[in-house]
Amino acid sequence: MTAATITALRSFADTTARVTVPSRERKLAFSFRNVTKQFGDKTVLQGIDLDVHDGQFVAIIGKSGCGKSTLLRLLAGLDKPTSGELVHGAETKDQKPTRIMFQEPRLLPWARVGANVDVGLTGIAKGREVRQKSLDILAEVGLADRSEEWPSVLSGGQRQRVALARALVGHPSILALDEPLGALDALTRIEMQQLLERIWLSKKFTAVLVTHDVAEAVSLADRVVVIDSGRIALDLAIPVERPRRHASPELAFFERQILDQLYKQKAP
Amino acid sequence: MSRALQSIGRSAIGWLLPALLLVGWEIASRAGLISANVLPAPSAVGSAFWKLLLSGELLENIRISTLRALSGFVVGGAIGFGLGLANGLSALSRGLTDTTIQMIRNIPHLALIPLVILWFGIDEEAKLFLVALGVFFPIYINTLLGIQGVDPQLVEMGRIYGMSRSQLFVRVILPGALPSIFVGLRYALGIMWLTLIVAETISASSGLGYMAMQAREFLLIDVVVLSILIYALLGKLADALARYLERLSLQWHPAFQNA
Repeated sequence: MTAATITALRSFADTTARVTVPSRERKLAFSFRNVTKQFGDKTVLQGIDLDVHDGQFVAIIGKSGCGKSTLLRLLAGLDKPTSGELVHGAETKDQKPTRIMFQEPRLLPWARVGANVDVGLTGIAKGREVRQKSLDILAEVGLADRSEEWPSVLSGGQRQRVALARALVGHPSILALDEPLGALDALTRIEMQQLLERIWLSKKFTAVLVTHDVAEAVSLADRVVVIDSGRIALDLAIPVERPRRHASPELAFFERQILDQLYKQKAP
Repeated sequence: MSRALQSIGRSAIGWLLPALLLVGWEIASRAGLISANVLPAPSAVGSAFWKLLLSGELLENIRISTLRALSGFVVGGAIGFGLGLANGLSALSRGLTDTTIQMIRNIPHLALIPLVILWFGIDEEAKLFLVALGVFFPIYINTLLGIQGVDPQLVEMGRIYGMSRSQLFVRVILPGALPSIFVGLRYALGIMWLTLIVAETISASSGLGYMAMQAREFLLIDVVVLSILIYALLGKLADALARYLERLSLQWHPAFQNA
C-alpha cells in the first residue's frame, strides 16, 4: 500500500458515516503466521501473515493461480501448511466447525434437499432436532417449501442456496467460500450476494470469500486482501455502511484501488 | 383417466410385435407353409404347454431350474459384490486380487464345463459352480467401476462434514455406485439363465434344459419350442424385476424421474 493510497483511503473514510471498522478488542477468529505452502517445487503461498477478527467478512482476491484457493483449503483444514502455522481463535468447549462452500454445490443427488441439509449436522445433532434445524435454515435461504425435492430439479442458484444452508446449519464460526457464486448468472449472483450479506449480518460468523470478481468483493467484505504470486499485495479495509448498494460511487472508489493493485498501476 | 390409458398403451406397444409374429406363425403353419417337423404351430406348442402343466412336470422343472439359477446367482453375486466393494475401497485389496481376477475373467466360463463335470459329476454343485462363476464377473466389475466412479468432490464434501468411514460409505459411496451396480445386476441375470441352460442341456437329470433335451430325443418339437419360449419369458421376468428395483432405488436419478 502506497502512502498516497492510505491518505486517499483516510480522507474517504472520514466522509463516510458510521464506519464499521473492526475494534481491537474483538477476538481473533484465525491467524496465519508466516505460512508457506509448496506443492513439489512450486511455492504457492509464501510467508502469509493474516489476522482475521471474529465476525469479520474478508474477501480474498487474486488472479488465477495466485494461491487464493490454497489459502482457503488451508483454513478449512483440507491441506496442511508446509511451514508456519495456522492458529484458530479461542475455541470454546463446544468447538464450532469451519465450513467450506465450493463453486459447485456438491449436493448428494440421491438425497432430497432436506436430507442434504441434514449432512451439515453430522455429529452435531440427532433425530427430530436435525429435521427441525434443517427446515429452519432452509426457510432462511428461501427454500422452505422445497425440502422434499430432488436436487436435480433445482436451478443452479437454488442448489447453491441449499449448499449454503448445509454449511450454516451447524452454526460454524468460520465460513470459507471458494468462489461460490462463480458459476451463477449475473442476476442470480446479485441476489445471492444480498442473501449472503443478510445471513452474515444475522448469524455473525466470520466469512472468508475467495473470488475474482472485484465488485463482489467490495460489495460484501469489510476487508479485501489481494494476493499476488503467493504473497499479500494489498490489505484494504472497506469502511462502507451496510446494506450496500450495488455499483455505488463509494464502492467504485475501492474497486478502482484494487484493480490498480492487480494490474500494477499507480493510483491517480 | 387418459393418462392411465396412455401408460397402458405405452407398455402394451412392446407386446404388439411378438403378438403379430405369433399370429403370422400360426397362419403360416395352418397354410402348410411351415412343416410341423421344422416348427410346430403356436397352438400345438400351447397344447403341449397345457399337457405338461396338468401333469405337473413343467412346474417341477421350472421350480428346479429357478432354484438352481437363484442359488448360483446368490453365491456368485455375493462374492462378486463383496470383492468389488473391497477392491473399490482398498488399494491394497485391489493390488492383491485384481490382476488374478482379470486373468480368470478372460477364460469363457462355459469352457470349464468338461473340467466341472470331472470335478462335480452332473450333480447340483456343477450347475451352482458354473452359474456362480458366470454371475460373478459382471457384478464384480460393475461394482468396482461404480465405486471408482463416485465423484471425489462428494467424498471430500462428506469428509469435510465429519462423516465417519461407515457414514461415508452408506450415504455417499454406495448410492453413488448404485447405477453401475444395477447395470452389472442386469448383465448377470442374463448370464445366469444362459449358463444354467447350457449346463442343464449338457449334464442334468431334471430342469428345463433337461426337459428340452429329452424332448429332442423323442422328437417332441413342440416341447422343445415350448422350453425355448419359457426361457424367453423367464429372462424377461428377471429383467423386469431388476428394472423395478432399479426404478425404486434410483428415484433421484433424472433418467428415472417421470416427466
